[in-house]
Amino acid sequence: MIARLFNFRGGVKPDAHKNESANASIQAAPMPAHLIVPLRQSTRATARCIVSPGQHVLKGERIGEAEGTLGTAVHAPTSGTVVEFGLYPLAHPSGLNTRCVVIEPDGEDRWADHQPFDYHGATREQTLAQLRDCGIVGLGGATFPSHVKLGRGSGIDTLILNGAECEPWITCDDRLMRERAADILAGATILRELIGARRLVIGIEDNKPEAIAAMQAAAGSVEGDVAVIAIPSLYPAGGEKQLIRVLTGVEIPYGKLGAEFGVQCFNVGTAHAVYRALAHGEPLVSRVLTLTGNVARPGNYEVLIGTPISHLLTLCEPKPDTDRTLMGGPMMGFALPRLDVPVVKGTNCIISASPALFPPPPPEQPCIRCGECARACPAELQPFELYWFSRAHNFGKAQEYNLFDCIECGCCSYVCPSHIPLVDYYRFAKSEIWAREREKSAADQARDRFEFRNFRQEREKEEKAAKLAAKAAETRAKLADKDATAPAPAAAAASSGEEDPKKALIAAALARAKAQKEAVQARNTEALSPDTEKEIAEIDARRIKAALVDPAAPAGEPPSERSPESTS
Amino acid sequence: MIHSPYIRKPASVQRVMLNVLLALIPGIAAYVWQIGAGILVNLAIASVTAVAAEVLMLSLRKRPVMLAATDLSAVVTAWLVALAFPPIVPWWLTVFAVLVAIVAVKHLYGGLGQNPFNPAMAAYCTMIVAYPSLMSQWPVSGAVSFDTQLHLILGGLRELDAVTGATALDTLRTGLRGDTNVGELLQTSTYGLLGGRGWEWIAGGYLLGGLFLLLTRTITWHLPTGFLAGLAVTSGVFWLFHPDQFASPLFHLATGGAMLAAFFIVTDPVSGATTPRGKLIFAAGIGLIAYLIRAFGAYPEGIAFAVLLMNICVPLIDMKTQPAVFGHRGGPNS
Ligand code: SF4
Ligand code: SF4
Repeated sequence: MIARLFNFRGGVKPDAHKNESANASIQAAPMPAHLIVPLRQSTRATARCIVSPGQHVLKGERIGEAEGTLGTAVHAPTSGTVVEFGLYPLAHPSGLNTRCVVIEPDGEDRWADHQPFDYHGATREQTLAQLRDCGIVGLGGATFPSHVKLGRGSGIDTLILNGAECEPWITCDDRLMRERAADILAGATILRELIGARRLVIGIEDNKPEAIAAMQAAAGSVEGDVAVIAIPSLYPAGGEKQLIRVLTGVEIPYGKLGAEFGVQCFNVGTAHAVYRALAHGEPLVSRVLTLTGNVARPGNYEVLIGTPISHLLTLCEPKPDTDRTLMGGPMMGFALPRLDVPVVKGTNCIISASPALFPPPPPEQPCIRCGECARACPAELQPFELYWFSRAHNFGKAQEYNLFDCIECGCCSYVCPSHIPLVDYYRFAKSEIWAREREKSAADQARDRFEFRNFRQEREKEEKAAKLAAKAAETRAKLADKDATAPAPAAAAASSGEEDPKKALIAAALARAKAQKEAVQARNTEALSPDTEKEIAEIDARRIKAALVDPAAPAGEPPSERSPESTS
Repeated sequence: MIHSPYIRKPASVQRVMLNVLLALIPGIAAYVWQIGAGILVNLAIASVTAVAAEVLMLSLRKRPVMLAATDLSAVVTAWLVALAFPPIVPWWLTVFAVLVAIVAVKHLYGGLGQNPFNPAMAAYCTMIVAYPSLMSQWPVSGAVSFDTQLHLILGGLRELDAVTGATALDTLRTGLRGDTNVGELLQTSTYGLLGGRGWEWIAGGYLLGGLFLLLTRTITWHLPTGFLAGLAVTSGVFWLFHPDQFASPLFHLATGGAMLAAFFIVTDPVSGATTPRGKLIFAAGIGLIAYLIRAFGAYPEGIAFAVLLMNICVPLIDMKTQPAVFGHRGGPNS
């Protein structure tokens, strides 16, 4: 296949800093004293805990059951004892707590039973369920459940494997590709089959020649249309939409999935995990991550999910002037508010930061509308316009200028000569808009509730009135009965109806309806004096006697007997 | 707490402004060589005034003084004022102009980044309306010694007829009002190879500096190209139509402030359009209006007015030329 590369506009070229850790092969990180396994390992979904303190678990044993469409199962990363089930801080800028299972390893690291999954013999649903139950989520950082992303298994032409790894410092995917290329490709062919794609395209930034070579060698033995393509090193080439654009020319708009455009993209680490889950039946209990930055021994480690970051830091030995620890890359990562938080499935890199390595940004200056940010923006936005609008709290305008297309890649902040923390303004604007939406929907609900209450009260009033009217009609009918010497035809009809309960019911319903209609329409009968009412009742009774009118007919209605007269 | 990105490109407003100042140097060198060193005195007066005004205004507005006063933006304005004005204007006129630019046009609108009008051009327009005669005395290349220039700038010496001539554009205008045609006029001593005598070199210096700005990505090609094309096309149409009555596009490009404007004035990011298409429209509009004023207006040089007029249109231009966002433009998607 001849690769034609498209380019995305914008992007920046920060110092890659890959050399620090790129040559350190993947090592297993030593077992920590405790593993804190969050039950929330996939996008917006928390698994339901199915173990209790004191219970012994084996490596790969399920400890959390998938719940909801976006849920995936969570497993014990090693064999040991569940010591606690409770709230622990999560690796998140907010430092929020989440439900975690704490496991004390027994040191044996003994696997629970697991067998290869025969996905050729299984239905598609069974295979997807297997992936969900093995806890497979996207390892590129977003932790989107893979079984959901695999979609319907049709309508997709191209599977893209993301090996771009464009954030500075991070090398875990690079090492994975160099060392486990065959497994990644085996996983990729499974994915290709599962999404029903014809083509497999693997995109790798050209600053990773060894990974490209390894993947190319492994791709040689894979059947079908497979291409390993070197793409220019330009941040954020590894952004899913940017990578799809570079490799296929297709632009996926905000809020849309690649599947709608015939492409789907998976991270190389995810492909590797899919292979382990199906070919070996192994749940996702560990991942490869990079430890780097201001450290004595940068490296890449296979780390059990739930390993505390503080434990990992002892491996790379941060230098004394380290002042912060970042999770993720320097462009999109965040500073950890505390170090006792555990590694999760989306953790790809831990960077020790020092003021020398990541100096605090120079003081903010006014925007000079130089347009540098617009030239750097891969979403092709006008970041300075978004900044003015966000700053002025003009969120409507910000949305008009496509605020939500911003992928928060940080390119604009990176280039701004005025050192304006542009992305922070967008984060602020987005969260304000979300908060207002929530408020609005809460207000909408309150209004709905209020309107429904009014409606209900109105309805109750009407029902009451109807009941009263029906009662009045009944009284009138009784009076009519009393006065009548012969049985009214209606009564006759009713008596004949008794033979047919259905008919009777219908008749009763009709009568009720008429009574209601009367209550609504015959307003002029309401305020009558008892004498007048009696008079009317008498007239009615006479009419009934003459078999001229239905007793239940509203009093005010023109008697039907007139019609023949008028037409004659 | 500091959020991502944790790394920054080594860029600063100061660096941008410094690039602009550096890029002006070839033009200034040619200026000194062709017209005389008096311009250096003007540049110095303007710079000192600008920085002093900046410091004063920042402290009055209770803004951090140090950072903003050293961002060099005031110096850029000062240099543009000095270079756009005749080099023999009295010192107080330069001071007055710079005060108008910095105090009124820049700070009264909210300081750096907020001014809707180009400060140097607003000052130019104010001065040409207020002091039309002082603003139209330009020395002919080589005719005024540095000594005389210094006297003209600093002292009361105002025996001008002996030392100044009308500018190339001015002569062209008055000439054409009479019976002379362009060809004859261009033979007179006011004119050099392309435009006004000596000014081709200065224009060449600005062009060189402009290329430097393009190479360092301080400016994009859209604004200079749009402006020069706007000026060339408009003048070209009239010239083709009536070569006796209208000077050639080449003359217009090489004369007056065309090159200075193309690379240093219409490229002011703060008061100009920002989208790629918007920049082309904005700059071409300046070229067009500048030509119309040159050819038919009451002033020999129309760039300053053209810039202000187009400044007014910037919000509309920007709004109407917003480029499509990634994923929102059809193409292979549709
Ligand atoms: S890069 Fe910074 S100064 Fe330049 S336009 Fe964007 S926000 Fe303004
Ligand atoms: S953070 Fe948003 S606005 Fe800034 S460059 Fe990235 S996508 Fe564009």
